[in-house]
Amino acid sequence: MYEVVKSEKLTPDVIRLEISAPHIAKKAKAGQFIMVTPTEHGERIPLTMADFSPQKGTVTIAALEVGKTTKQLGRMKAGDKLFSLVGPLGLPTELHKVGNVVAIGGGIGLALMYPVVRALKEAGNHTINIIGARNEKLLMYEEEIKSVSDEFFVCTDDGSKGHHGFVSDILKKLIAENKKIDMVYAVGPIIMMKVIANITKPYNIHTVVSLNPIMVDGTGMCGSCRVIIDGKTKFGCVDGPEFDGHKVDFENLTARNKRYIPEEQAALKRFMEAK
Amino acid sequence: MPEEEKKPKKLVPKKYPMPEQDPKERIHNFNEVPMGQDAQTAIAEAQRCLQCKRGPNRKVCMDGCPVEIEIPAFIKKVQEGDFAEAIKIIRQKQNLPAVCGRVCPYENQCEGFCIVGKKNEPVGIGRLERFLADWERNQPLQGKIDVPPPTGKKVAVVGGGPAGLTVAGDLAKLGHKVTVFEALQYCGGVLVYGIPEFRLPKAIVYSEVDYIKRSGVEILNDYVIGKLDTVDELLKDYDAVFVGTGAGLPDWTNLPGENLNGIMSANEFLTRVNLMKAFKFPDYDTPVRVGERVVTIGGGNVAMDCARTSLRLGCKESVILYRRSDAELPARREEVHHAQQEGVRFELLAAPVKFIADDCGNVKQVEAIRMQLGEPDASGRRRPIKIEGSNFLIDAQTVLIAIGQSPNPLVPMTTPDLKTTKEGTIAVDEAGRTSKKGVFAGGDIASGAATVILAMGDGKRAARAMHKYLTEDSSWPAPEVFEKLSCEM
Ligand SMILES: Cc1cc2nc3c(=O)[nH]c(=O)nc-3n(C[C@H](O)[C@H](O)[C@H](O)COP(=O)(O)OP(=O)(O)OC[C@H]3O[C@@H](n4cnc5c(N)ncnc54)[C@H](O)[C@@H]3O)c2cc1C
Ligand SMILES: Cc1cc2nc3c(=O)[nH]c(=O)nc-3n(C[C@H](O)[C@H](O)[C@H](O)COP(=O)(O)OP(=O)(O)OC[C@H]3O[C@@H](n4cnc5c(N)ncnc54)[C@H](O)[C@@H]3O)c2cc1C
Ligand code: SF4
Ligand code: SF4
Ligand code: FES
Repeated sequence: MYEVVKSEKLTPDVIRLEISAPHIAKKAKAGQFIMVTPTEHGERIPLTMADFSPQKGTVTIAALEVGKTTKQLGRMKAGDKLFSLVGPLGLPTELHKVGNVVAIGGGIGLALMYPVVRALKEAGNHTINIIGARNEKLLMYEEEIKSVSDEFFVCTDDGSKGHHGFVSDILKKLIAENKKIDMVYAVGPIIMMKVIANITKPYNIHTVVSLNPIMVDGTGMCGSCRVIIDGKTKFGCVDGPEFDGHKVDFENLTARNKRYIPEEQAALKRFMEAK
Repeated sequence: MPEEEKKPKKLVPKKYPMPEQDPKERIHNFNEVPMGQDAQTAIAEAQRCLQCKRGPNRKVCMDGCPVEIEIPAFIKKVQEGDFAEAIKIIRQKQNLPAVCGRVCPYENQCEGFCIVGKKNEPVGIGRLERFLADWERNQPLQGKIDVPPPTGKKVAVVGGGPAGLTVAGDLAKLGHKVTVFEALQYCGGVLVYGIPEFRLPKAIVYSEVDYIKRSGVEILNDYVIGKLDTVDELLKDYDAVFVGTGAGLPDWTNLPGENLNGIMSANEFLTRVNLMKAFKFPDYDTPVRVGERVVTIGGGNVAMDCARTSLRLGCKESVILYRRSDAELPARREEVHHAQQEGVRFELLAAPVKFIADDCGNVKQVEAIRMQLGEPDASGRRRPIKIEGSNFLIDAQTVLIAIGQSPNPLVPMTTPDLKTTKEGTIAVDEAGRTSKKGVFAGGDIASGAATVILAMGDGKRAARAMHKYLTEDSSWPAPEVFEKLSCEM
């Protein structure tokens, strides 16, 4: 059992939980994830570590409440216990000094990019960070990300804050201005990552995306998480979750993530009616 | 019954029948298929045994048991009705009797060597073992199990499958302090995530794990070695390490269309259903869906488990697609028989060619091709050859790939000086020693996918060698030995 030590809402539908897990905190690296099972009857779901502290012995997750399991996490309070927590899983982000790095986050990706951009900055890169959300209320980690940015842009779909439009608009602009870009890092909705990868491809800008296939064990045992990279099958949990965005088959990923929609909806309906 | 067999022993030619759930009933539930025998029947079955003596030229039941249970001795106790003593004799060699009594391929092992079996049906040794383990489980709990005073030595066991649990149980009984590191939330390995409830109720596995815990073994779940601590780090805190991480990596057909929705590895399917209990959805949250027809590719125990599980999840037809003929099916005969009884359709001498999608990216058909058998290959089985132009289509909403498992690469990958073979298994000598001093390995990670009892046999041998290493002689074979082993295999 793993105790929640702190619970807070970042936006109306994003929960951040700090969980006591000293052994995981000691080994965690930016970009890795954990498998969380809230209760004994619960589902195992993958969540990226939005932060971790070996000193405090805690790991932090931020979850967008989209279905039964994430909504269940959304109700967790300090002192509550989680049934199972496995990690750190997946390969860590490759954090080298490459020069100018543009990191782009959308939606829940904002919470996940923070440890990565912080580390990119610490590695000595010039960091250009672009964050976006549907509206101002859904923005998060703004101050934190800004504090590790050399250049910083905010976008909202409805124009309630920053640039009125998409994160991809800013990226296009930077490219049009002939800005030197050595690497792009994108984390967020699949459609966003796909658009970004399509923009950078003609310019051959190395682009890393963080994929979110449906997982079961998270340790390479089942293949639920398989993704197609450069025409070859890879396992998201052990070969990823980060991949070269120019090689990802996004259509396949989108289709595979729809596998259980009727069951997910039934589970959610049941959960919401029960409480 | 038993009275009749007294004095001039007249041999009862057949095993006393095992009551089973009716096939029509059981395909609607996940309850165990064989329901177990009562004490009277067990005693009668035991009386079919002739109490043979082993000889240099005479092989008997015990010679077929990989963990060398004193079979005649325990059967004698059953004849006398002394079940407590009988199970004690089994427990001397066997840490998971309730499991092996159910899933051991005893027809080729102990029972395959039984003298009675030469002319009649062999003594039902597996059933007797199962009966005794079940009897024991229904006795009041005994609390802690007596163990000798601590030796002061600490052992880490990586993986809580049959191999790891055997090592843990045996070394704890010798007074060593053992910690098991298990990646999943429950121990048991394939016994909990692979083999279905209707063949091996999970409550039985948990109670066997509990027995091992009561002998003082510490179990840490959710602990992935290689991601948390590495084997090298374990060696700093422990005097020896056993690696029993199994063959958990699914093999694929690599045919076109394999990544369509509705196509899963047997591991994913069985893990969803068994470990995550998707068969109890929505009481449990993990979903699984089969549709009208399920096609399972493969012919081993794993394939039978998939096909039979699919029926229980409500598909209308469950088809096994296997490239050789009935005679070559690698599954246990009993499993094939149970599958046939339940109405699984066997499409033999046929292999998949590609998977065909509907408009939404779901699989809708398997294109397959007929095969014929040619000359025997290296394994001695006749090689399947395609019959050109014989392609045909089978509708399927779900396709399960059950064509094999490979060794789990995580520990070898994160332990640089651990030698592996080209199949990816960890190279070990006959005592289970690896190329790294203090590190032993066994079970499927060393042998490739095999059986529960062979994994336990490996565990037994390794535990003996580890005990010797910890208490008497800490010498280690020269590196060249493993160099050679890793090439030979
Ligand atoms: C490596 C990895 C890291 C992740 N990190 C995070 C994270 O830090 N924070 C976070 O909020 N989410 C993260 N996800 C996604 C998260 O795992 C899913 O949102 C979660 O499993 C949904 O579970 P649920 O029961 O609440 O919803 P479900 O009922 O399972 O699904 C509800 C809806 O979400 C969609 N969905 C289902 N599974 C996924 C998925 N894997 N990815 C995206 N959408 C999905 C479904 O299509 C459905 O519409 C990550 C996924 C991966 C693979
Ligand atoms: C569906 C199915 C049906 C079968 N039916 C039969 C049968 O009827 N009869 C029979 O005799 N055999 C059967 N087998 C084979 C048998 O189950 C295996 O041979 C046996 O379980 C091997 O035991 P093991 O201890 O080596 O490995 P496993 O049982 O695979 O256990 C390995 C354990 O190690 C854990 N692990 C892996 N990596 C790590 C890590 N890095 N850190 C920590 N833990 C880790 C795993 O989670 C797992 O719990 C079947 C197998 C399958 C898949
Ligand atoms: S362990 Fe297996 S082989 Fe040995 S006696 Fe029991 S059933 Fe037979
Ligand atoms: S070989 Fe058969 S008859 Fe002989 S002792 Fe063993 S079980 Fe009994
Ligand atoms: S989630 Fe099972 S292999 Fe990746």
